[in-house]
Amino acid sequence: MASATWTPLKDEDRIFGNLYGYDSWRLEAARKRGSWDNTKDLILLGREKIVEIVKGSGLRGRGGAGFPTGMKWSFMPKDTGGRPCYLIVNADESEPGTCKDREIMRNDPHTLVEGCLLAGVGIGATAAYIYIRGEYRAEYRVMEAAIQEAYDAGLLGKNACGSGYDFDVIMHHGAGAYICGEETALLESLEGKKGQPRLKPPFPAMAGLWGCPSTVNNVESIAVTPTILRKGSDWFAGFGREKNEGTKLFCISGHVEKPCNIEEAMSIPLKELLERHCGGVRGGWDNLKAVVPGGSSVPLIPRSICDDVLMDFDALKEVKSGLGTAAVIVMDQSTDIVKAIARFAYFYKHESCGQCTPCREGTGWMWRVITRMAEGRAEIEEIDMLLDVSKQVEGHTICALGDAAAWPIQGLIRHFRDEIEDRIKNRTRVQVRGTVAAE
Amino acid sequence: MPTVKINGEEHEVEAGMTVLQACEQAGVEIPRFCYHERLSIAGNCRMCLVEVKPGPPKPQASCALPVQDGQEITTDSPMVHKARKGVMEFLLINHPLDCPICDQGGECDLQDQSMAYGFKGSRYEENKRAVADKYMGPLIKTIMTRCIHCTRCVRFAAEVAGVEEIGLLNRGENAEISSLEKAVDSEMSANVIDLCPVGALTSKPYAFEARPWELRKTESVDVMDAVGSNIRVDARGNEVLRVLPRLNEEVNEEWISDKTRYACDGLARQRLDRPYVRGEDGKLKPADWSTALQVVADKLKATAADGIAAIAGDTADVESLYALKALMQRLGVANIDCRQDGARIEASPRAQYLFNSGIAGIDQADALLIVGSNVRWEAPIVNARIRKRWMTGQLSVGVIGPNVETTFDSDYLGAGPETLTDVAEGKHPFAEILRKAERPMIIVGQGALAREDGAQVLATARAIAETFGMVADGWNGFNVLHTAAARVGAMEIGFLPGEGGRSVPEILDGAKSGAVEVVYLHGADEVDMSALEKAFVIYQGHHGDKGAHAADVVLPGAAYTEKNGTYVNTEGRVQLGRRAVFPPGEAREDWAILRALSERAGATLPFDNLDALRQQMRDAHPGLARLDMVEPGEWGEFGAAGAMKSDLPFASPIENFYMTDPVSRSSQTMAQCTQTFVLDRRKALESGGTGTDG
Repeated sequence: MASATWTPLKDEDRIFGNLYGYDSWRLEAARKRGSWDNTKDLILLGREKIVEIVKGSGLRGRGGAGFPTGMKWSFMPKDTGGRPCYLIVNADESEPGTCKDREIMRNDPHTLVEGCLLAGVGIGATAAYIYIRGEYRAEYRVMEAAIQEAYDAGLLGKNACGSGYDFDVIMHHGAGAYICGEETALLESLEGKKGQPRLKPPFPAMAGLWGCPSTVNNVESIAVTPTILRKGSDWFAGFGREKNEGTKLFCISGHVEKPCNIEEAMSIPLKELLERHCGGVRGGWDNLKAVVPGGSSVPLIPRSICDDVLMDFDALKEVKSGLGTAAVIVMDQSTDIVKAIARFAYFYKHESCGQCTPCREGTGWMWRVITRMAEGRAEIEEIDMLLDVSKQVEGHTICALGDAAAWPIQGLIRHFRDEIEDRIKNRTRVQVRGTVAAE
Repeated sequence: MPTVKINGEEHEVEAGMTVLQACEQAGVEIPRFCYHERLSIAGNCRMCLVEVKPGPPKPQASCALPVQDGQEITTDSPMVHKARKGVMEFLLINHPLDCPICDQGGECDLQDQSMAYGFKGSRYEENKRAVADKYMGPLIKTIMTRCIHCTRCVRFAAEVAGVEEIGLLNRGENAEISSLEKAVDSEMSANVIDLCPVGALTSKPYAFEARPWELRKTESVDVMDAVGSNIRVDARGNEVLRVLPRLNEEVNEEWISDKTRYACDGLARQRLDRPYVRGEDGKLKPADWSTALQVVADKLKATAADGIAAIAGDTADVESLYALKALMQRLGVANIDCRQDGARIEASPRAQYLFNSGIAGIDQADALLIVGSNVRWEAPIVNARIRKRWMTGQLSVGVIGPNVETTFDSDYLGAGPETLTDVAEGKHPFAEILRKAERPMIIVGQGALAREDGAQVLATARAIAETFGMVADGWNGFNVLHTAAARVGAMEIGFLPGEGGRSVPEILDGAKSGAVEVVYLHGADEVDMSALEKAFVIYQGHHGDKGAHAADVVLPGAAYTEKNGTYVNTEGRVQLGRRAVFPPGEAREDWAILRALSERAGATLPFDNLDALRQQMRDAHPGLARLDMVEPGEWGEFGAAGAMKSDLPFASPIENFYMTDPVSRSSQTMAQCTQTFVLDRRKALESGGTGTDG
């Protein structure tokens, strides 16, 4: 986990030139930043070449699971039996702590629009659907306008960019359900049904939207594609460690001096990320208690691990956490860590779709127990029971929401069991059942 | 065929199977709640988890996983057991432990499986969830706190019944099954009670009536329509408490209609439990058997043979019809008929009155023309088969006749004979669909045959069948759909006018004019009784319905649950009904009544018990001995040439699905259904509503 080889990302290597909205998001400004530059040639690279370059770049899906994007694209069937293929962009960014896609769509929408076209060529799609989170109303309008600009300029639609390729991009507004960010629930929702995950197999590449071959990708995965194609796979693969290549948007929130979104090279040490870009932890590094490194779904890591962990998929997996969406939630010593995780548990209980048993019943159970623990109204033995219940949920559900609900609790018990035990031992004699701790 | 290893043993399984099916085939039982072989796969209960290699290092839902060659499936590893125990615990934490007061107790999947996978105590210290009960109509009782969200009911309603009226509201632990406080408007709705693996959906009319282990179970056949659904009659003491479906892939799969299931409370009401004879004052007075039989015998003896007539009812068993026919033959009576509704069908060739393709044959049809039938009401089970086939996307349906709501997409071609002629002559666009079809099919309902020009309609239907290749090697798509359970059986034994005998309309005319003096109604309640005012009417039957009111002598018989009898369904399938309880009071089995009467009338029938009667009947009609089989009907000329009455549209014979025979007319449950699904709906339509507005 040495960080000796890591160097800060230079400005010219940043893919998102207008992440903070200092410049205009309009087509003209985007063109000056490099978007839509010679897109026709990129299209004419052809399907195989595009997939090859993306594979070579080492790009792993930016939505949380980190599946290699190029490989995902290569799963799309060449012979579809007359069915159309679709690219689905997952802009239902609901993972607590995450706000990177929002900034892309708000301030640099043309990276995504152009990415849709190029990724669409890469998988042989005729259209892209962008499923955007219900709460992102302003971003929806910006995206709509950007797409319209692209149509007006002949960049989309029939004969997109003069390449002879026909391609449409369609926006779709969700209604604000976290589960609709799960790819198959997203497809159900897009089809007008209740957002509940589908059973896999069949995977979307075989039978996705309306039963047609589809690929679902995160906004960031698609938005970085044009730059990768322009600058080449070696350029992108030059950042980060092996198998964790590229640049990445990090969303740092919580107890740092300056919370921010920042594009950095992968495998940046966590400490470096916080101190270089966020002004450090509030009250100094020693005041750090724990970090949730990848959005609410991944287990937290205590300060001892934070000291030297690298921010990439594999390094975080080694410490039994994950990069997730790279939403870094920093918590200092003032944090009631049990209460914080109880709040996460409430979130998952609230967002469970209710389709399958372990998640429907387990998320509520876990929330209730950990809420009591946060107040000390529990028994020591219940900690092990809670851990066991979380194991009963994990890996037994249709989609990954069950896992996501179980992991934060497992992380808490793994690293902060003492704190829960102390709280239970020190509970006040008078036990009044007050309002639930987490709102 | 792929080979898989199940718990270390190699098995060859069919390609395309799921892991659960493969295990089942290998004799390894997999617990499940949401999976049902006749419904789509939901995979939501997670009870059927197994370990599969190659695959991710976590248990997989076997119901949704296709088998692949070389798979290693483990169903009894510690990982699997732990996973299932976990799922069971989750199901139970919010499930009330109220088995002692739950109607599902004793036949509950959750109860059974908790024996294998349940913990001995609960670790759940929180408050349990309580869910408000929902209204789903007069048949389905809900205790929604018990619901485990398997969504079988939702899938049944949407897929089999064809009504999207049940759904899952809300999400997470607030998810609830609901029909939006509306009665589930389907003739098949109560099947969700059987499907529900727990006690969330239970039977409203049967609520708290009995425990399953108290019941005597008798396998029998239904007579509420001509489908001959296989049923199980559950009785305690001498009371039929409920009727459940029995599996028969060829007939009803595992569904039954709501009428089949719930008309049974009518068996305890309006019963004729002693003989009656009309007195001098014109009122029916109780009598003993001896007196009643003597009155009838004297009357029969005193009347000339051509002044006597017998009409067979719609739910009679073949044995008693055979006995009645034999008695009438001995008395020299030719005026016998089983076609109460006046359907213009004849005994030969047989193909003219059978559902020749078989109900299961619908699974192969690719074009279907329905003529003069509201299949949904006349035979809900057949309707469900049509829908099942239509769901595969390989069936186009055209309808001539009543324009009713179907549960499948259909082209409405027209109302009457004109359209039928157009199709027959190839002028109608639907003719093209029939011509292109490989397995075309026509279903002719009684609404098209029970009319004056019925024989001409039949001939036109035959012409269509022949023109469009519906009768080919190994395929006969010419189908007559009956509504009366007794009809085909009676046709098979030739319960039809003999030489110079009168048919039903002629008997009625004769009774009006005085030419027919004595009319023997064998459970016949559907004829126009006002025509019988002058005649001496003998009613042998089980319910005080129209026939009994018109009768001068009432001979109390047995209902279908109270006798052993043969029934032949609309396909020509011979099935045995078995006695579940005894007839009430002094009522007797029908063949025995006729045997006793024959002795007094001086025409003693040559059998002393049911076996002897059956033997004779089977000797005369060998097809009736082949139980559960269908004797294919021979094809030939039938129907009558001539013009149809073009101005008279085809109408369904059924005005109210829930009340079609004496049993269902006596049933309180059917009365409630009539109110909810027929009268209230009609009222809403008349008052300008759309019929769907609550």
